[in-house]
Formats: sequence, C-alpha cells, structure tokens
Amino acid sequence: MLLLSFLLLPLLGAVLLAVSPGFGRLHAGRFAIGWSVVPLVLLAAMEFQHTGSSGGVMTEWSLPWMPDARIHLTFSVDGTSCLFLFLTSCVTLFSLAVSSKIHLGDRAYCALILVMESMLFGVFTARHFIPWFLCWEMTLIPAYLLIRLWGGKGAPRAALRFFIVTLGGGVSMLLGFLVLQMSVGTMDFAALSQLAAHQQLVPGLVKAFGATGLGGHTLLTVVAVAVFLGLAVKIPVVPFHAWLPDAYAEAPTPVTILLTGLLSKMGVYGLLRVFLPIFPEVLPGLAPWLTALAVATVLLGAIAALAQKDLKRILAYSSVNHLGYCVLAVAAVATSCVDRVAVESAVSGVVLQAFNHGVIAAVLFFGIGILEDRSGGLRGLNDFGGLRANMPVFSGVIGLALFASLGLPGLSGFVGEFLIFNGVFGLVPWAAAISVIGLLLTAVFLLRLIRKVFHGPLPTPLAAWPDLSCRERWLFAPAIALVIIPGLWPQVLLQFINGDTLRLLDQLRPIP
Amino acid sequence: MAEPFHPYLPFLLWWVPLLPLIAGAVIAILPNRYGRVASQIATGALFLSCLIALAALLCSLTPGKMASSIPAVTWLTFGDVALQVGLWLDPMSAAMAAMVTFVALWIFVYSIGYMEKEARFGRFFGFLSLFCGAMLFVVLSNSLLLLFMAWELVGLASYMLIGFYFEKPTAAAAAQKAFITTRVGDMAFFIGMIWLYRQSGTLLFYDNGNGLLESGVLHSLAGATTVGGLAVSSAAALLLLVGAMGKSGQVPLHTWLPDAMEGPTPVSALIHAATMVAAGVFLVARTHPIFSAAADLNGLSLPLIAAAWIGGITALYAALVALAQTDIKRILAYSTVSQLGFMMVALGTGGVAAAMFHLIAHAFFKALLFLSAGSVIHGCHEEQDIRRMGGLRHAMPKTFVTYAVGMMALSGFPFVFSGFWSKEAILHKAQIWPGGHGPFLLAGAAALLTAFYMTRQALLVFFGVPRRPGVAHPHESPSVMLVPLYVLAAGAVLLALVGTPVWPWFEEWISGESARFDSGALMKPEVMHLIGLSLAIVTLGVGASWAIYRNVSSDSQAADPLAGKLGGVWRFLEQAMGFDALYEKAIIGPLAFFAGAIDALERQVFVPLMAVGESCVKRIGRWTGVSDEKGLNDGFDRLCSGLQNRAVSASRSQSGRPQAYLRAIGLGMSVLLILYFWLIA
Repeated sequence: MLLLSFLLLPLLGAVLLAVSPGFGRLHAGRFAIGWSVVPLVLLAAMEFQHTGSSGGVMTEWSLPWMPDARIHLTFSVDGTSCLFLFLTSCVTLFSLAVSSKIHLGDRAYCALILVMESMLFGVFTARHFIPWFLCWEMTLIPAYLLIRLWGGKGAPRAALRFFIVTLGGGVSMLLGFLVLQMSVGTMDFAALSQLAAHQQLVPGLVKAFGATGLGGHTLLTVVAVAVFLGLAVKIPVVPFHAWLPDAYAEAPTPVTILLTGLLSKMGVYGLLRVFLPIFPEVLPGLAPWLTALAVATVLLGAIAALAQKDLKRILAYSSVNHLGYCVLAVAAVATSCVDRVAVESAVSGVVLQAFNHGVIAAVLFFGIGILEDRSGGLRGLNDFGGLRANMPVFSGVIGLALFASLGLPGLSGFVGEFLIFNGVFGLVPWAAAISVIGLLLTAVFLLRLIRKVFHGPLPTPLAAWPDLSCRERWLFAPAIALVIIPGLWPQVLLQFINGDTLRLLDQLRPIP
Repeated sequence: MAEPFHPYLPFLLWWVPLLPLIAGAVIAILPNRYGRVASQIATGALFLSCLIALAALLCSLTPGKMASSIPAVTWLTFGDVALQVGLWLDPMSAAMAAMVTFVALWIFVYSIGYMEKEARFGRFFGFLSLFCGAMLFVVLSNSLLLLFMAWELVGLASYMLIGFYFEKPTAAAAAQKAFITTRVGDMAFFIGMIWLYRQSGTLLFYDNGNGLLESGVLHSLAGATTVGGLAVSSAAALLLLVGAMGKSGQVPLHTWLPDAMEGPTPVSALIHAATMVAAGVFLVARTHPIFSAAADLNGLSLPLIAAAWIGGITALYAALVALAQTDIKRILAYSTVSQLGFMMVALGTGGVAAAMFHLIAHAFFKALLFLSAGSVIHGCHEEQDIRRMGGLRHAMPKTFVTYAVGMMALSGFPFVFSGFWSKEAILHKAQIWPGGHGPFLLAGAAALLTAFYMTRQALLVFFGVPRRPGVAHPHESPSVMLVPLYVLAAGAVLLALVGTPVWPWFEEWISGESARFDSGALMKPEVMHLIGLSLAIVTLGVGASWAIYRNVSSDSQAADPLAGKLGGVWRFLEQAMGFDALYEKAIIGPLAFFAGAIDALERQVFVPLMAVGESCVKRIGRWTGVSDEKGLNDGFDRLCSGLQNRAVSASRSQSGRPQAYLRAIGLGMSVLLILYFWLIA
C-alpha cells in the first residue's frame, strides 16, 4: 500500500491543485514544489529500509483487475526501478523549482507536471503491460499540453508532431503485445520472460497465428520489432528522432528538462526491462540492425550537433548522441551474451548513463534557461561571449556539467560511458571502435560551445548581467553534487543495480 | 610481492596526489578575493606532498625493497565484477613523483611573483593544484584505469591553464585545440585500455603475478593475435602509443603544443615543458613490458619500431621548425617537442632508463629555461619577440646566468651538464639498436640543430645591442622569481652526477640493480667514440650559430641572416611545415561540410519523412473520426431521435413531463450499454 500511495501521491497533488481555485498565483507553485518533495522523502525512507539488500524486489503491490484476461495491476520496485524513481523525483522537483514565476502561478501547469510524475512512477514500476502502457501513454498528454500551451512560437506544430509520432510508436507496441496476449494469454512481463526463457513464445505464436503462413520465429521477430519501434521513438533512435530537436527547442525550459531527463529514459528503461528479457530468442537476428541504428544514432547526433547554431538544438542533438550509447549497449547485449563480464558491464553502463544523462541534461538546459532569462530570449551560439568574466560561478557550474557531458573522468558521465564501451568492445568491437568518434566529436561541439559562450571578449551589453542569484545557486548545488559524487564514487548508484544486472543476465540465457 | 618500504608509507602515499587535489577543491570554492590565501594553501599542500614524495624516494633507494604495491581499493562493482585501483611505488614512480612535486613547488613559488598582478590570482593556483594532483596520480597509479582518469584530468587542467586569459580569442582557441588534439590520442588510449582489460581481465599493473605488466598476463597477451596476425599486446600498445603521441606532442599530433604557449609562462614551464607533456613518455615507459611483449629475438616489435621512428622524426622536425621561430616561448615549445622525440627514440630502442633520465633532466632544465624566459618577458614588459631583444645580459645578469645554464644543458654542453649525459645515453641506445640507423641519424641531426637554435636564441636575446626601440629599460626580476631559477639551475647541473657512464646509478636504479662505480667505463672504445661524436655535434652546432648570429643587425625589422639563404625553405619552416593549414583543409573544413550535409539530411529527409508518417496518422485519425461521426454518432443520434419520437408519442398518451422521461430512458440505456460491454469483456 505504501507503494500505491507513493505512485498516486503526485496525482493527488494534481487533483488538489485542480479542484481548489483558492490557490492564488503565488501559492500554486509553492504547493507543487513542496508536494513534489514528498515522494523524494518517501523514496529515501524506502531505500533506507532496504539498504544492503543489493537490489531484488523491495516492495510490491498487485490487484487483479480483469482476472479472466489475467490482467493484474502489478507494481513493484527493485533496485533499478528505485534509481529511476529517484531520478524522476529529482528531475521533476528540479523542473518545478526552475520554472519561472509566471509558469508557477498557473495551476494547470503545476498540476500537469505532477500528473506526468505520477505516470512516470507508474512506467518505472509496472510489471504488467496494461498498467505500464497506460502510464506510458498517459505521460504524453501532459507533455503535449505543456509544450503546446507554454512553448515558443513553433510549439503547436512541434507538440502535435511529438504527440502523433510517439503515439504511433505506442500503437505499434500495443499491437505487438496484443499479439502476445492472443498467443500465450499473458502480458505480464515476468511471465513472458519466463516463457521466453523456456522457449515457449514461438510455439504459442505458431498456434495462434500459424494460419498467416509465417514461421514462429518470424512472427516473434515482427512482434519484437513492433515493440522496439515504440521504444525507439521515445529515446529516440535514428531515424525516428526527427520530432526531437523541434520539441526540445520549442518547449519551455523546465519542460525540456522533463522531456530529456525523464521521457527519453522511459525508452531506455523499456529496452532494458521489457525488450531484452522478453525477446532473447530473436535478439541475435535483430542485433546487426540494432547495432547499425545505434551507431548511426551516436554519430548522427554528434555530427548534427556540430552544425547547430541554437544552444537548445545543440544540446538536443547531444542528448540523441548520449542516449545512442545506451542503445548501443543494448544492441551489443542483444548480439551475444557469451562474454558474461562484458554483458554485466554494458547493462550497468546503460542504467548509469541514463541516470547521469538525466541529471547533466537538466543542469545544462537550466543553464540555457538562465541565458534566455538574462538576454530576454536569445539562445544562439553567437549571441554570447566572454561570460566567464562577469558570471564566473555560472560559467563554472555549466562548465562542470559540460565536461561531465563529454565524459571527463571524476564526473558522472565518464562512468557510464566507460562501462558501456567496455561492454560493447567485448561484444561488438567494431561498433565500439566507430562510436568512439562520437566521444571525440562530443568534445568538439561542447568545447566550441564553451569557447563561444563563455570565452573570448565580453560584449558590452552582456557585462551588466548579474551572476547567479542566491536562489539559482541553491538550485544548482544539489544537481552539481549529483554530477560529482557518482563520478568519484560510482558505487553509490551501482550498489542498487548490481543484483538486477545479474538477474537480467540469467533471463538472457535460454533455459534448456 | 615485495614488502612495503615502510609501515606508514602506504597510507602516506595516497596523500601525495590527494593533498594538491584537496587544495584545488578548497580553492575552487574560495571567493576570488582570497587570492593570497589560495596561493598559500596550494603551496603548503604541495610542500607537504613534496616531503612525502621525497621520503618515498629515499625509501625506494633501499636495495632489495625497490617496489611496493599500495593496497588496491575497489572503485566500482558492476554485476559481480569489482574494478580496483591502487598505487604503485617503484624507482620510476618515486623518481617521477619527487621530480613533479619538486619542480612544481619551485614553479609555484615563482608564480607567486610572476602572477602577482593577475585578477584571478587565486584561481590560477587552484588550477595548478588540480594539475599537480592529477599528474601525481598519473605517475603513482597502479592501474591503467586510474592512470587514464588522471590523464584526462591533467588534460582538463591544461585546458583551463592554456585558456587562463580566456578573454583573448587566441588563448581560448589554443585551449580548445589542445584539448581536442590530445583527445584524439586519448580515444585511442581509451580503446587500447579497454582492449587490454577485455583480453586480460585486469587493469592493475602489478597484482601478485596477475597484473598487466607481469609475465603471465603478458605472455597470454602476446600469444593472442588479431587482424593481420598482430599480437594483441602489440595492437593495444600501438593504441597506447597514439595516446602518448597526443599528450607528448609527437608528429602528427604535435600542433597544439606551440599554441599552448598562450598560457601564462609558469604554466608553460610546469605543464607544457616539464611534466604533463612527459606523461606520454611516462605512459610508454610504464607500459613498456606490453610494448615489448611480442618482441622478436632482437628485441624488436612493431610498437617499439613505431615509437623509435616517430620519436626520431619528431625530434628532427621540431628542431628544424625551431630554427625559424622568433617568439622566445615558441622556440622553447618546439624544442620541447624535439626533446620529447628524443625520449621516444630512447623508449623505442629499448632505453627506458635513458628516456626516464632525459625526462627528469629535461624537466629541470626546460622548466629553468621557461622560467628564465618568463623573467626575460617580465623584464621586457611582456615582449616575446627575440628580434626586439638583445643585450639583456647587462640589464638582467642573474637571469642571464640561469638561462645560460639551461641553454647549455639543453644543447648538451659536455661533461658538467645533465643534458649532455642524458642525450649521450639516448644516442648510445639508438646507435646499437638492431632495427636500423634511421632513428639514430634523425636524433643526431636533431641534436646538432638543438645546439644551433639554442645558441641563436641566446645570442639574439642576451648579446649584441638592445634592438627594442623607444621603450623603458628592462629590469631584473624580484628574488621570489630568481631563487627558483637558482634551484632549478643547480638541479640541471647536479643531475649530471648520477647518469655518467662512470657511475650510471640512475639507469641501474631504475632497472632495479644496485649501482656500481666503474671509472674504466669512460675509457671503453664505444663510449669514447660516442662522447667524441657528441662533442663534435655540440661544437659544430654552437660554432655555426655563433658564426651566423654573432654580429646580428641592430635593426629589429631586419630579416634573419638565414632567411635570405634559405628563402622558401625558411618560410616553410616558419609556418611549421604547414601542419595547421593542412589540418584546416583536410579535417576541419571537411568536418564542417559533413556536419552541414548531415544537418541538411535532417531537414530535407528525416523531417519530411516524419511529416509523411504524421500525415498518415492524421489521415487515419480523420478517417476514424469520420466513420465515428457517420457510423456511431449518427446511429446514436438516430436512436436518440427515434427514442425521442417514441417518448413524444408516449408522453402524448400519458400527458406527463417528457424531458424527465427522456432523461430517465437515456440514463437507463447508457447504464445498460455499459453493463452489457462490461459483462462481455
């Protein structure tokens, strides 16, 4: 019950906001911020209860919803979920906290963000397709409205595109799982992965859809591709990424933080917790395609970022590039799981990279928000210069996050990238060797950003800009701590996921 | 495993790198106005660190207890695999740690004077501390991973310090260029490291017989082959070599190092001459067993041959380019590149000890030269062009003396200067190398040119008449800047004592033997032969330079005497043989073009594709909408109007209130419908 109340807590906040017009312009935001601290506290309490258990199911809640169809509302938290819940709580709180007063005065804005938080909680804990998919699709509505209503000039178009494309992906995923339901009669993740491990998915599919004339293996491949499409659109993987730059650029900064920090992580989480355990039988066949797409994502993200002139678009492509490494690791694991150590490394790397990217991207987009705030809406690469002279603290903080983003050891970004490349090199050496170019190009466009924005002579109009205010410093401080601490001491995150990594490893090996 | 030198040393040794790092972190959060406090914290921390490093050096002198592992700690665990990092103390790391802390300490002291008037005085010391901590982790690490991490942090510190005057676009560009160029090498290093880890399952150098550099693992690395029949050890070693080339400015990854002179002069001395650029050489020296794991009977292997040739080419290339430079710091920068080439030659030809000896000697005399150059620049009111100097030996006699010591050590003046013996040792190794005479000839020619361009520089700066028109007189520097010069000058001379053929203490200490005194060694024919050659080289270089530059014109605009004779070649050398222009054309231009093409692909292909998908979805949506309107809704509407009609007729017969009846019927219908669907499902 604690879990259920935890999942519904933000929703309750949203409802309270919606039904009480008494919240003045000032108090809606304060209430929302205060409310979103509560899940963080609960989560900390939950983690403390289970420290030392090294993963495993920490708490579970299940309700038979449609017992005949074997549809249960099952939610459970293990170490990996815990990490993603923590990320969700932190990034949501951060996103609310960095929102402008105008946004925060709007009850609808605050309520929508809280709704989204609840749905994300659901995605990261659901263990059955139906509740998982409901939450998955329900994140779209607040995201759409947030971009549409509070975004820039091109927002309506970008929001619609974002909505339709991701919805399309969702439909494809739904169809895939319906096929599974009709064949083997369950959509429970654990049950499906059990069936997959005992190689019973293919016979089930043949029995139900043998009339189509397609072989069981082909059918399962089609289902796997359908599910992958839904996940790929969200991450996004090339060539399903074209919605992203516009959506990220047009959304208001706090919403961009949510999009890149959390919504893209849903896809990564899905690849790891849904895609890999359910389809191990057809993964080797799909792996070359996945690897090619992942390498393309890594390289295209990095190269396209080089050509951008808008800071938000640079970071948007940088996100594509960084999440490409996660896809690369998943593709490598799909290729082969003979080298056990390499698989463990790649899988751990995916979780760390997802988590760290969420934090780093949040800091960076907030940085752009501050630049927009100071300049009255400018965010071109060439609109700034020399800011290190009059905004040293700001430059230091953003510089730190940028170096974390390009994978400087000692900061959080490096650990995930090291583990991913270590794993990928053991499984698909050529892909690792090519993707290293992505790491190099990341340094090129991020350092160019530093040079253009923070270095060089300070133009006169910029000299009057104040450095970070006290409030802004306090907002950055915990985020920066989350960039530095896991970089120096990765165990702080890894201890949560090591148990899950080993369990996933067992799921990937077919039981004879 | 060897016993620890001293019971407390394992605990203390961690503090050698940690103290400067902590100082750097403290300074980072210290408000800028506490600049003086920052410099005191940094210098104090480094002083303590230096004391421990010297103590460790003393410990490592004990024969029989030369190497010691500092217990490894688990840095991270993924799945059920733990990755450990630790420190390793042997003569090589002890010497490096002592050298880094000692030279850096004096450069810190010098900086207190040199940087006095800087607005960001405190920040400067913060970055310097960060650099020292990272560099000390590089030299003391017992794990390739820790070494790589520290290696990257060293790169960050270098980036921050080259771009210290970030307002200057040239400095900002130089910093970016340095980081990116070295990162090209770093990525090769990264892959090489991962390859070694995947192949051997460990990243520790020494681990009770299971380490990377121990015979069991080396044997298996040399046994496994990869594409083209190359041993994995050799392939990984080549990747590590590329990493080393990036950091140590070897051709063709050298272009960042001359530009790095945009940083303040103490930075050039500490990072881009004495220590950081030597990290590449150190990496190769440390992992030398991997380089030679797959060697044939002559001791030749592909990575070693590559190192020798790259080193030789770099040594000669940079010496040639240095001939035609006019900026006092750029000459020294190219000379650094050239000397790093010498070290690579030594490593390639099997002389790890010779390379390390030259590295440490070079650290002293090159730091000395840069600091003296800084003193000159300071005294000449930030003038850096040697054509506008001249006659400074009268105005700055003390700086002149220290500069002369450094210059003679670098040129390899015989017998009393460390540079003579270290270079002699390298040439000796190169000469007897079974892989051919190429590297020896290249290095010999470079040695000749070194004597030539250093003499040219000394003559133009300190001799003749002042050529700088209409500016205030040069002045001698304060003693806070001069004392470090004396100390480093003493080091540049005294180091000669431990590396002569008579008493090759250093070489034998590094290779783990106890030194012996052998006065007869000097008289051996091959040693005599080589000493004769070295003498000839130095004499020729200095003499030729003296003949050309002795009576240089007093006009600062006049062309260089050699420029006329060499013509186009001179201009080619002036532009450093066009590497920058080449990279501009061959890499930067195409990359920008490619990025533009990808961006166009995004806009012209991917976005329209997405729009097509979008319109498909929209069309489906419209179709379902229409069918919904026409089918479901209209049907429902008809149903409703039918109901209504019937209700009307019913109401007519019952003369009640039709709205109420209608509402009740509608409600009942909906409930029934919902119930119906619910039960079916």
